[in-house]
Amino acid sequence: MEVFLQTLVAGVLKGGLYALIGIGMTLIMGVMGIINLAHGQFMMVAMYVTYTLFHFLGIDPYFTLLISMPSLFVLGILIQKYLLNPLMKVDSILPENQVLMTVGIAMVLTEIARFIFSSNYLSVKTSYSSSAFYVGGISFSVALTIAFGIALLLTFGLFWFLIKTDLGRSIRAVSQDGEAAELMGVDSEKIKMITMGIGAALVAAAGTLLLPIYYLFPDIGGPFTRKAFVITILGGLGSTVGAIFGGVTLGLAESFGATYIGMDFEDMVGLVIFLLVLLFIPGGFRRLTKV
Amino acid sequence: MLKVQSLNVSYGDLQILWDVSFEVKEGEIVVLLGGNGAGKSTSLKTISSLVKPMSGTVEFLGVKLNEVPSHKVIDYGLAHVPEGRRLFPDMSVEENLILGSLTSKARAKRKETLEWLYEMFPRLKERQKQPAGTLSGGEQQMAAIARGLMSLPKLVMFDEPSLGLAPIMVSEIFKIVEKVNQQGATVLLVEQNVHHTLAMCDRAYVLENGRIVLSGTGEEFLNNDHIKEAYLGI
Ligand SMILES: Nc1ncnc2c1ncn2[C@@H]1O[C@H](COP(=O)(O)OP(=O)(O)O)[C@@H](O)[C@H]1O
Ligand SMILES: [Mg+2]
Repeated sequence: MEVFLQTLVAGVLKGGLYALIGIGMTLIMGVMGIINLAHGQFMMVAMYVTYTLFHFLGIDPYFTLLISMPSLFVLGILIQKYLLNPLMKVDSILPENQVLMTVGIAMVLTEIARFIFSSNYLSVKTSYSSSAFYVGGISFSVALTIAFGIALLLTFGLFWFLIKTDLGRSIRAVSQDGEAAELMGVDSEKIKMITMGIGAALVAAAGTLLLPIYYLFPDIGGPFTRKAFVITILGGLGSTVGAIFGGVTLGLAESFGATYIGMDFEDMVGLVIFLLVLLFIPGGFRRLTKV
Repeated sequence: MLKVQSLNVSYGDLQILWDVSFEVKEGEIVVLLGGNGAGKSTSLKTISSLVKPMSGTVEFLGVKLNEVPSHKVIDYGLAHVPEGRRLFPDMSVEENLILGSLTSKARAKRKETLEWLYEMFPRLKERQKQPAGTLSGGEQQMAAIARGLMSLPKLVMFDEPSLGLAPIMVSEIFKIVEKVNQQGATVLLVEQNVHHTLAMCDRAYVLENGRIVLSGTGEEFLNNDHIKEAYLGI
């Protein structure tokens, strides 16, 4: 029972971070209609930003959020403005080509990171990296709990922004009907840039929060792009609430897989769940939550 | 007020509008009639700058709208209630209405305008929290009209507002269009529904295969047997 609860706690905490990764990808999916296959690589860039600030300036990883998130916000905007939006203006270019473009962006970001930092594994070790506290015999990793709390705050803030502000409403409007939004006075190209920026900033937060308990190398982006993809599909392609469920589900699946099947099967269990959901709830959790 | 001059419009290689010119004067209800595929929606989309013409101009209150990006058109006081309502289906009725008032002028009066429209459409007030996609066709059309009015437009373009509605609802929608006009907005109405529209309009144009083939007052149209037979099928 204790092992079970321990696994559950670890899964939910990790799921909070995964939700952050998935929500960003989902927003981009909803507004741009494309899968951003550079999502994990955005996270990798943010992790190197955090690593650099910590290693050379001694800034606490959590404070680097204030730099990694805005940096990736700007990077996302620039990528959308100069690399993705221009592709949309050419009639003969299919949306698929934007997806291919994101693959190219992912490769370029990875190789730039390799050029600057080499392929070595890096990590950020803080006093709390491996400390834990106990509640009723269950251990809570301090770093993961803080990360979960911040992820929760960011998610809450994002939903407030999407529901309560005109800019947030405009983002949702573009994702539901771009042409109608344009008639309402929404500059959909600008909205796309902002959305890419927000998606990148959210996954940046996840990367920064993960770094104290993880490690970093240039190719770390790929596996996280895959995870983001799985979460987005689980959540039902474009549903932000669904992405939260998708993130927590993946976190739990990996956690239980690692405990009850074996560490090496962590990723496989996530993918099995993914296939089961595709088979039995096509349309993902959106079908259940309707949001 | 709105002057459309010699529009030639194509989608790719396929030309849809040929030398289309018409005019809407302040305070009027003008109807653009025509069968399926005649180019009515394309005309409205060109006015809204969603589609750029190959040649020709769209002038609204002295501004060349064809040179303005589509999201700026509403700033000049022109609202477009598109064909098929095009509401934001997962958003509530109220959110849809709010999205109609994004311009700074409309935003400042958002609350009053909402109240005014809820008075005009009590059905929408009842359903304000409901996702727009779950409304009936007639209610959706009302919501689309109300969303257009939220911008406090000087001219409203309606693209086939009666499409797919039950007969009772059709009359109600046309009453609403007339009321919008009486309350001060100029109206450009696109329709296939000849019966209702000719009686209520000031002037009408007939579009056929992308060309304006007829124009005149509503009365002229209704009194001309030849026109009725040849073009209107009544
Ligand atoms: N986006 C588009 N791409 C290509 N052809 C189009 C497009 N939209 C409309 N058309 C064509 O243009 C013609 C006129 O369409 P439309 O303006 O919608 O007519 P109406 O509103 O009078 O029914 C039709 O033949 C239609 O098939
Ligand atoms: Mg049409």
